Amino acid sequence: MIWRRLLAALPSVAGIIVVTFVLTRALPGDPAAYFAGPAASREAVEEIRAKLGLDRSLSEQFLLYLGDLARGDLGTSLTTGQPVLSDLEVRLPASLELTMAALAFAIAVALPLGILAARHPGSWIDHLTRLIITAGVSLPVFFTGLILVYIFYYLLGWVPAPLGRLDAFSAPPPPVTRFFLIDSLLAGDIALFRAALAQLALPALTLGLFALAPIARMTRASMLGILSSDFIRTARTAGLAPRTVLVTYALRNALLPVVTLLGMVFSFLLGANVVVEKVFAWPGIGSYALEALIASNYAPVQGFVLMMALLYVGLNLLIDILYSLIDARMRIEA
Amino acid sequence: MSVDITASGTPTWRRPPGIARRVRYVLTENPVTLGAFGLLLLFVVLAAVGPWIVPYDPLATNAARTLKPPSAAHWFGTDQVGRDIFSRVIVATRLDLAISLSAVALSFAFGSLAGACAGFYGGWSERLVSRLVDTIMAYPLFVLAMGIVAALGNTVTNIVYATAIINFPFYARMARAEVNVRREAGFVEAARLAGNSGARVLAVHIFPNCLPPMMVQVSLNLGWAILNAATLSFIGLGVRPPTPEWGIMVADGAAFIISGEWWVASLPGLALMLAVFCFNLLGDGLRDLIDPRRRT
Repeated sequence: MIWRRLLAALPSVAGIIVVTFVLTRALPGDPAAYFAGPAASREAVEEIRAKLGLDRSLSEQFLLYLGDLARGDLGTSLTTGQPVLSDLEVRLPASLELTMAALAFAIAVALPLGILAARHPGSWIDHLTRLIITAGVSLPVFFTGLILVYIFYYLLGWVPAPLGRLDAFSAPPPPVTRFFLIDSLLAGDIALFRAALAQLALPALTLGLFALAPIARMTRASMLGILSSDFIRTARTAGLAPRTVLVTYALRNALLPVVTLLGMVFSFLLGANVVVEKVFAWPGIGSYALEALIASNYAPVQGFVLMMALLYVGLNLLIDILYSLIDARMRIEA
Repeated sequence: MSVDITASGTPTWRRPPGIARRVRYVLTENPVTLGAFGLLLLFVVLAAVGPWIVPYDPLATNAARTLKPPSAAHWFGTDQVGRDIFSRVIVATRLDLAISLSAVALSFAFGSLAGACAGFYGGWSERLVSRLVDTIMAYPLFVLAMGIVAALGNTVTNIVYATAIINFPFYARMARAEVNVRREAGFVEAARLAGNSGARVLAVHIFPNCLPPMMVQVSLNLGWAILNAATLSFIGLGVRPPTPEWGIMVADGAAFIISGEWWVASLPGLALMLAVFCFNLLGDGLRDLIDPRRRT
């Protein structure tokens, strides 16, 4: 069954590769002229153009690109001089650490909130949940981020300055997973762990608040629907403990649409990541792509969009699998 | 706008009451919707007459009054080159609303046309549309918008196109589903038997009945479109300084947050938040009226 889903994802991957190629080749500005510098002669510009393969036809460039992709070669960033793949390798964990911390926070808060709101409709917790939901979908991510920086850094002084993954006095832990929180624990350096956590707290909170609203909304709506259904009434009349009814009977069924929604939430998180990385000077792939965009530097932008899209396709696959684990009906059909 | 919504929301089983009565019904049903509608009117008025009623020229700098906190003379304070933030926030309303309105109008027009054809005719048009929608949805949408703006060039028009493209799938899917369930309905058969051509049945008999749920989508989408456009300009794509625009003003003020000058970034951000909030509340209110079962 997993293989069938993998096959079904192939057309999307093909579409992504074509669209990404077309998009980046349409970037305005001439990278050859950009890298030759303003003082370069025409011949020098042409030489660089030939070296970059930009003098060939578009279809030839596409075939070359496919060949490079197959070898795992995403090209070389013209600004850092490094292969894009190794740049992304260094920066992707920073983005992933941030996104996962945010998602974990959002789920940990949104699920109980949604369940409680559905359990006691019309109570204060229900109203609070609805307020958070409406505010969450209306608040621009960068706005939340800046307000949090103002409160927790400027007014209260609880967190360090919003400048990257570690303050200037700490050296990063020896890279194992490149997740600073995990690596510092592996190295047994508790002080470093706390420093990394302090830097991560605000950006993760910002991103988490953004993801919280749709999850809480869906949990509440789906729990409300399930709690009023016949089989829950039957379970209650049969004298099952309220906790068993709520968790084993209601929650398990109510989680299905929530899991489906997680894919959409992750798509928005990946986009919002770019913004949060800019606000907090977080050295992830979002800020890397932004810098490249401004220099009309093909390869990193292409690599970034491709990486994001593939990550998203992979995640949707994972959600499909998770879904079939929760929903017994899917397993029987397959 | 709301006149259109209620006019198209005509229930098919009775004679429609007057337009004024229907508007009143929509607004008085829920006080929150009424409040949101009032807020929308305020934004529309500001967008229309903003440039003529603001106290200062939104582009005029004043080296003697830089980074002043809000006061009686400058209600929202001044920015790093002494421009009046209140005037800039008001003037920006027009640009922000114009971007999101035109983007949503574009994706509504093309999305509902493509979706309606796919749902009505099926066959190759359906395969083409769903392939297109799948390709767009395979991307994280904001990342795709970034890529499009970068590829087409860094202009306001291209922000509109990018926002329209990432909204397209929602309208196409919705129109396809709504048309599809009505394709075999009794009134459609009757219209066919009366000698109407396929295209005419679709345009005159089916499509108007699909409008109510689509209008709810429009209202919810407008908020999202504003947010998207402002976020693109926040990261430096699209609108360029010194043009007053909410996203770019927040980006300008971001550097001053850590030194405590909160008003430069937060007040334009608040205006943006209010606009998005307003469209979301309106959308929720409309949805409650059209489909009470999904009331939240």
